[in-house]
Amino acid sequence: MAIWLTKDSKVIVQGMTGSEGSKHTKRMLAAGTNVVGGVNPRKAGTTVDFDGTELPVFASVADAIKETGADVTVIFVPPQFTKAAVVEAIDAGIELAVVITEGVPVHDTAAFWAYNVAKGERTRIIGPNCPGIASPGASNAGIIPADITGSGRIGLVSKSGTLTYQMMYELRDIGFSTCVGIGGDPIIGTTHIDALAAFEADPETDAIVMIGEIGGDAEERAAEFIKANVTKPVVGYIAGFTAPPGKTMGHAGAIISGSAGTADAKKEALEAVGVKVGKTPTETAELMREIMSGR
Amino acid sequence: MDLYEYQGRDLFERHGLPVLAGGVATTPEEARAIAERLGGRVVVKAQVKVGGRGKAGGVKLAEGAEETVARATDILGMDIKGHTVHKVMITVTADVAEEYYFSYLLDRANRTFLCIASVAGGMDIEQVAAETPDKVVKAPIDAVKGVDEAQAREIVTAAGFPAEVADQVVEVAVGLWQAFVAEDATLVEVNPLAKTKDGKLLLLDAKISLDENAAFRHPDHEALVDQAAVDPLEQAAKAKDLNYVKLDGEVGIIGNGAGLVMSTLDVVAYAGERHGGVKPANFLDIGGGASAEVMANGLEIVLSDPSVRSVFVNVFGGITACDAVANGIVQALALLEQRGEKATKPLVVRLDGNNAEAGRAILDDANNPLIQRVDTMDGAAERAAELAAAGV
Repeated sequence: MAIWLTKDSKVIVQGMTGSEGSKHTKRMLAAGTNVVGGVNPRKAGTTVDFDGTELPVFASVADAIKETGADVTVIFVPPQFTKAAVVEAIDAGIELAVVITEGVPVHDTAAFWAYNVAKGERTRIIGPNCPGIASPGASNAGIIPADITGSGRIGLVSKSGTLTYQMMYELRDIGFSTCVGIGGDPIIGTTHIDALAAFEADPETDAIVMIGEIGGDAEERAAEFIKANVTKPVVGYIAGFTAPPGKTMGHAGAIISGSAGTADAKKEALEAVGVKVGKTPTETAELMREIMSGR
Repeated sequence: MDLYEYQGRDLFERHGLPVLAGGVATTPEEARAIAERLGGRVVVKAQVKVGGRGKAGGVKLAEGAEETVARATDILGMDIKGHTVHKVMITVTADVAEEYYFSYLLDRANRTFLCIASVAGGMDIEQVAAETPDKVVKAPIDAVKGVDEAQAREIVTAAGFPAEVADQVVEVAVGLWQAFVAEDATLVEVNPLAKTKDGKLLLLDAKISLDENAAFRHPDHEALVDQAAVDPLEQAAKAKDLNYVKLDGEVGIIGNGAGLVMSTLDVVAYAGERHGGVKPANFLDIGGGASAEVMANGLEIVLSDPSVRSVFVNVFGGITACDAVANGIVQALALLEQRGEKATKPLVVRLDGNNAEAGRAILDDANNPLIQRVDTMDGAAERAAELAAAGV
């Protein structure tokens, strides 16, 4: 069953005709994702060939949904146009919007999030600046490499792309139900807590790996949530223990300001609620391996 | 990007908010010209991005041009908590009767913006919030609706601003919100927001952070970057579109993906504890592509840091195939040699993930004595730290 993305998901791509969009549409198709079309008002009515699969291009997300029954959109448009693309997807009432685009101004993200809330949060937004979501063996929406691991019973939620891949690789023999890369921006549509809640409710997930990084207090809030709501075992990893305050480490959200947002504070908060936290990705994978071997 | 106080003052002035007349000087002579233009009593303030400058002697009053020159001469070049003063802001003075606090900032937890207002200004707002939480009002702002007069008035009433300044605070609250949005700021903090003895409201200090992701719609923001304060290696890296942060250690770090690189810094620091306390020398994320050219540019930057003793290249092949990365490393070393900058420091390379076997074979075949292949992240960090310690 996995969370949010299953083999039945019908996926469209906003920005499918761009270079990143077309490259990853091809990969998603190869991974078995049911990609049903793309959106580009200037190329509406045409089709694009992806190694023998002809995909139609629609003028709008609403048209695409009407014609194909799509319920997931993956957004690859440049940062200048991302807000408009997400608002269009929300207006069309799509269930899941995965925003891959990096470098979206935070005022734009705040605006499309507020818009989504005003519309009753019909649309789950993942990202921006994220690798997307993959339910191995079922469907892949975004840029997570499909061949790292197969399906299994671990759920993974992470702020970081490559650390997601690293963790999938470390535990590839056990496999994952769903891997969600929520992105490293200061404002994101889906949080650790959202993913933890969904994994807790998912009968196909037995245990959860949570990867965080410095900045903000999302991990601390996740710890509180785990204490009150999560019965499945959770292991954690936090990147940035040795990062100096005041320096942004690649992700716009990864900055230690004052005494807040340090990796130590996050580790402490998680350990206080019984989450085992690894010092390195490898050690974290070992902690998960011990949990899964007892099952 | 965090702005200096004078840049904040300028920005407020551009947006029609009430600030003190003033200017910025980098030399005593420039200070003289400003003092002559302003006339009378002025305040000379060191421009550093760190608190506590008043206590450090970085804020002085001056009467007339001669005294202004003297005070500017004292303050320019001063060291305040490790920050050298290169600029002073000179403004006219104000007769302050009361000090308030007002800010807009990003509220990550609630995925929106927040207004914080208090009539207890002029001091550390976190301390005020901890000691007298009832004196601090926090109001969430809807990012779509923004702050209109009605909401501004609600905030002003809730915070208990005195009736005689309420209308002015409402006006500032709306104007400040418009500036916050128009400039794509993530923080505008006014502390103090002052009432003068003649009942006028003034924004007396400015702490502003701008969103670098929004640079594409603010070509003017580029000029706000203080080139003198940017590390020269960081500057060179930025010119090549590399995401590089200079740190204090000896082990150069190159990796793909911000999270993985952050994690690499940690693993190297842990390994360093066993090897003479060596630490990571930098953060460098070469991103997804990692072509030979990008790798060469990255290596060039990292190797040109004189404190680097060894380099750890940590790549997990996700989209990128490891054989392409391995070719990139080999070609990068050749490219550097062609450029007359032959590498002499050892490179520990860890490749895992997509096509790792092929990538490792390429490194082995290259038979370059500088390249040491270690196949686990923890093991490679250990080796890189050991080499750096031996080279110190």
